[in-house]
Amino acid sequence: MTPIAIIMMIVAIVTVWGGLALALINLQRHPEDEGALPEEQAWEL
Amino acid sequence: MSTSSSARPSAPVKRETFSSRRLFILSAIGSAVGLGNIWRFPYIAYDNGGGAFLLPYLAALLTAGIPLLFLDYAVGHKFRGSAPLAYRRLHRAAEPLGWWQVLVCFVIAAYYAVIIAWSLMYTIFSFTEAWGDDAEGFFFGNFLAVAEAPGLGFEFVPSVFFPLLLTWAAVIAIMVAGIRKGISRANAVLLPLLMVMFLLLVVQSLFLPGAADGLNAFFTPDWSALGNPSVWAAAYGHIFFSLSVGYGIMVTYSSYLKRRTDLTGSGMVVAFSNSGFEILAGIGVFAALGFMAQASGAAVGDVVTQGIGLAFIAFPTIVSQAPFGALMGVLFFGSLVFAGVTSLISVLEVIVAAVQDKLGWGRVHASVVVSVLVAAVSLSLFPTATGLYLLDTSDAFVNSFGITLGALVTVVVLAWFLRKLPLLSAHLNRISTIKMRRTWMVLVAGIVPLALIYMVANEFITKISTTYEGYPDWFVGIFGWGMAGGLIVLALVLTFIPWSSRSKAHHDPEYDSVVANEAKETAL
Repeated sequence: MTPIAIIMMIVAIVTVWGGLALALINLQRHPEDEGALPEEQAWEL
Repeated sequence: MSTSSSARPSAPVKRETFSSRRLFILSAIGSAVGLGNIWRFPYIAYDNGGGAFLLPYLAALLTAGIPLLFLDYAVGHKFRGSAPLAYRRLHRAAEPLGWWQVLVCFVIAAYYAVIIAWSLMYTIFSFTEAWGDDAEGFFFGNFLAVAEAPGLGFEFVPSVFFPLLLTWAAVIAIMVAGIRKGISRANAVLLPLLMVMFLLLVVQSLFLPGAADGLNAFFTPDWSALGNPSVWAAAYGHIFFSLSVGYGIMVTYSSYLKRRTDLTGSGMVVAFSNSGFEILAGIGVFAALGFMAQASGAAVGDVVTQGIGLAFIAFPTIVSQAPFGALMGVLFFGSLVFAGVTSLISVLEVIVAAVQDKLGWGRVHASVVVSVLVAAVSLSLFPTATGLYLLDTSDAFVNSFGITLGALVTVVVLAWFLRKLPLLSAHLNRISTIKMRRTWMVLVAGIVPLALIYMVANEFITKISTTYEGYPDWFVGIFGWGMAGGLIVLALVLTFIPWSSRSKAHHDPEYDSVVANEAKETAL
């Protein structure tokens, strides 16, 4: 492969997969907020 | 559980939910990653500047794709309904938008399943390389038995009809099982399987002789392309189709999310996974095309194709020539099947959810009736000698004047006429980690409609100036223009049909309590 093609391949992979990595890290830092609101509403009596 | 529901016959059925954020994300990725990622993106990128295309592509993703994705999420999640019900709750006048999207999904589902059926057959053909040394003649002649001229015939082709029947049977089983046991499970199994298979395919392609030439062709930047507006339009166009935004899917899926879900944080993962898969597909496809070019002594530019030509003519040729070709064929066509199925179920869910809401039907009832109806249309129109012409025409017109025009009208109505963006922005920001404020509103109200207007105008001029593909006027008139216009008329008709008395549009204590809770939270 030519140097410029290799550089563009690396730039593409780093930006897109790097973006995915950042998005995953952000999500992991904010775990699902299960307790805040009862989703499964209690059965009515 | 069944006894409690029979004891309280008047209690409405609770809306289904994804049991976790992870399953929603998997399902949304499954929907976004479809055939287009594999057979469309590589060609579009190559044709529009190669490596330089990354710039307009990322710009389109960040300024239009992701903002529009969040608009869909906000509508579905705030108003907790199928597309028609969610838009109706947003504003009564917006209901037809939802029906339009439902009808677009009906058309897409009918022909999308056909391509899955072809891929299924080609997975099997890969073992014996059934196409021999003439992949093109085999595909159009032996396999599809395509008629000489477009028309509407009922000469059924059994080799397509039966796999299509099988595809529909599998899909109906998933739909009937519901969000948790059907859609979530199917995605939790098929999506990881797709990733593994596709990675293996890419690795195998990279080891083929000539792979480096293919990658050179794909990644070498043509910087002058950045000065060409059509390249930027191609990037925006591709992003719209690739992310499955603007035709009800993401509205529907996000309506099954629990209340306190990080919408934008989840959406970023979905959007970048979709793009990550596309880049991977570009690498795999072009490595394989590089090999094909070398084997036939041609330049990479001479063998490059997309869509049906790439999947069913170029790839079979590669499978025949490559070492361990059968394995490569199974990985490639198997990937198409899995990517297709996870997208098809999301398209169908838009219709199922709308019927459930409008008529007050239960899950099983609605999904059986809807799936059987779409399957019947699909099975009677497409596995025929003239099916390919019909598929081509309906795909082209539903994309241009269903999805694109529909997205444009939706965005303009929401942003400019009903002025709901501040409300939706506030909803996104209640829980989400990545805040969508003024910039988001400017993008949704400004950049997105501008890009869509350009695309729709372009499509309109192209399709009005020459009859599509040179097909007969009556054929394009009925199945192209007529179909696209018919969807709009039918959307209005469906809006005027009253909602069933059992429908959630009239009585939905679950939604009412959510609204009350949100009002309380805002007041605090």
